[in-house]
Amino acid sequence: MDFNRLLAIIKKEFIHVFRDKVSFGIIIAMPIIYSLVFGYAIKTEVDDIKLAVLDNDKSIESREYISSFETSKYFKITKYVNSLDEIEKLIDGNTVKAALVIDANYSENIQKNLKNGSLLIIDGSDPTVATTALQSGLLVSSFHNMNLNNAVDINEFGINTKVWYNPNLKSTNFILPGLLAIVMQNITILLTAFSLVREKEKGNLELLIVSPIKPIELILGKMIPYMLIGFFDLLLTLYFGLLYFNVKIAGSVFLLIGLGSIFVICSLAMGMLISTIAENQVQAMQMTILVLLPSILLSGFMFPLEAMPKFIQIIGHLVPATYLIEINRGIILKGNDISYLLKDTVILITFTIFLLGIAINKFHKTLD
Amino acid sequence: MNNIISLQKLRKTFGKFIAVDDINLNIEKGKIFGLLGPNGAGKSTTIRMIIGVLEPTSGTAIIDGKDVTKNPELIKKEIGYMSQKFSLYEDLTVLENLKFYASIYGVKTNERDERINQLIDMANLSSKKKTLVKHLSGGWKQRLALSCSLIHKPKILILDEPTAGVDPVSRRIFWKMIFELANQGISILVTTHYMDEAESCDEVAFIFDGKILVKDTPKNLIANENVNTLEDVFIKYVENKTGEKVSASFEKLKFLQAGEENGF
Ligand SMILES: Nc1ncnc2c1ncn2[C@@H]1O[C@H](COP(=O)(O)OP(=O)(O)OP(=O)(O)O)[C@@H](O)[C@H]1O
Ligand SMILES: [Mg+2]
Repeated sequence: MDFNRLLAIIKKEFIHVFRDKVSFGIIIAMPIIYSLVFGYAIKTEVDDIKLAVLDNDKSIESREYISSFETSKYFKITKYVNSLDEIEKLIDGNTVKAALVIDANYSENIQKNLKNGSLLIIDGSDPTVATTALQSGLLVSSFHNMNLNNAVDINEFGINTKVWYNPNLKSTNFILPGLLAIVMQNITILLTAFSLVREKEKGNLELLIVSPIKPIELILGKMIPYMLIGFFDLLLTLYFGLLYFNVKIAGSVFLLIGLGSIFVICSLAMGMLISTIAENQVQAMQMTILVLLPSILLSGFMFPLEAMPKFIQIIGHLVPATYLIEINRGIILKGNDISYLLKDTVILITFTIFLLGIAINKFHKTLD
Repeated sequence: MNNIISLQKLRKTFGKFIAVDDINLNIEKGKIFGLLGPNGAGKSTTIRMIIGVLEPTSGTAIIDGKDVTKNPELIKKEIGYMSQKFSLYEDLTVLENLKFYASIYGVKTNERDERINQLIDMANLSSKKKTLVKHLSGGWKQRLALSCSLIHKPKILILDEPTAGVDPVSRRIFWKMIFELANQGISILVTTHYMDEAESCDEVAFIFDGKILVKDTPKNLIANENVNTLEDVFIKYVENKTGEKVSASFEKLKFLQAGEENGF
């Protein structure tokens, strides 16, 4: 193998990518936009439910109670009102999603250890918001009461619940680890799928075949740049997808990056395979879509695989992304170390070796 | 042995279609050899077997004394090739393309820059060094493609329709360079549809339907067939082969003219 030849190919690939606005846009913008869109879209539906407050008591105690809603982050108080009529108007006009009505005897009731008599009105037209509002309202209220009176037997509040791993039940925590896999995969497949096909279509490849370049030099020269780009995007998504949204990584960041890198190679192999099979760029595009769709829909990225019919689950398990998403959730949410992730890791590596083998083999044949 | 290229019963089939039909052809060292023939005759297919892109169905191609059908790697460094379709990298500059092919062909770094400068001078490309190839016009592109094919000082230059779609002035400049290269002792195999170019070759072969019909010097061909130009020679050969007069076939187009002639 000639190092200068390898270097020449790598340099040329980078020039292609950086001079092409679309490719460059995909590399930089896709991780950021995907992270922000998915992160925010899902975040707003859980947090910051707009709340109107009707405080009939106007005491120190009632104000404390109200502020416990505010500090919970589930609610955002946007209006203080003076009558129930006003609340009705606000809810009808979609200005608020919920309203807190505090009884005139609130502070008295508290002191007498009676039920506090406040009322949470919820707009049920959007079930997701309503459910969250209902649950968080009860939660906030219970915690507030607990704080008020430490002597109260906790059992008085009925069932104790403890949610593990994703204590805030945030769907961002469910989506973003998966997004890490999806972004990496999409970019790597997209770029590699086109890199060889473009050369085939334009006749560049013929000139390379005529030259004394060795297939291994060309294969490596084409793989290394996209591997580095995939790795760069892994870090970019890690930042915008996790750190920016305060998703804490419970496990090892290095394990996350290490296994992510294996997945980049796996995606690279898929892209190369498409590149060798497709005759032209249009076909490459169609095949890419054919590969990307199931990996977005059936990998458990957005919809849990467990909830799908058996047949669909089987297809889902033929998608490499499924395993990295599982791994990412394990590391990020549960703090799993490698011993818990062994099965998924082994399957992922098997996929990678298998696909890479076929891709390199096919690539070789194209060059001969 | 004075043959730089020697094809023996070389054959290429695509499915049932015979693109190149048991060709025998010897090309002398240091000469400009023209391969002529109508579209689809099998010129490019023959060339692609010679340069080792296509594997022959049967037969052998001996290039510079080596059998390329057995080991195409052996002669790759001896061959410079310009494909029929322009295929340098459009998003690289002139200089970047030259440097890329220099590295690919293993031109040593200390020799590289000098070689590139020579080629840029030869092709008169110095004002376009930093221009992206996609912004070059036809004549420039073609001279750059020639420069890239010469970067490693090949013994044999193979040009597949190098001047297709290029203006007459650029064609003239290009052929001047070809003559200069031949003078330096490089063997050249070129395909063309332009008869003036064909007449500039030392020797030509006419290929039709995958078969070589005739091979001789342009002078001999014109004299033997008793016609004025090489063009007339080839029209004669096509007519003999198809049993149909090229000129007569225009008669058939008469229906396109006024309708009253139809009924005699
Ligand atoms: N890969 C292929 N598969 C099938 N048929 C092919 C293939 N390549 C060439 N052919 C056919 O072989 C015949 C010879 O093609 P070739 O390109 O050698 O012609 P040519 O003499 O170079 O013509 P032109 O002057 O148009 O370049 C054509 O009929 C062409 O359609
Ligand atoms: Mg041709």
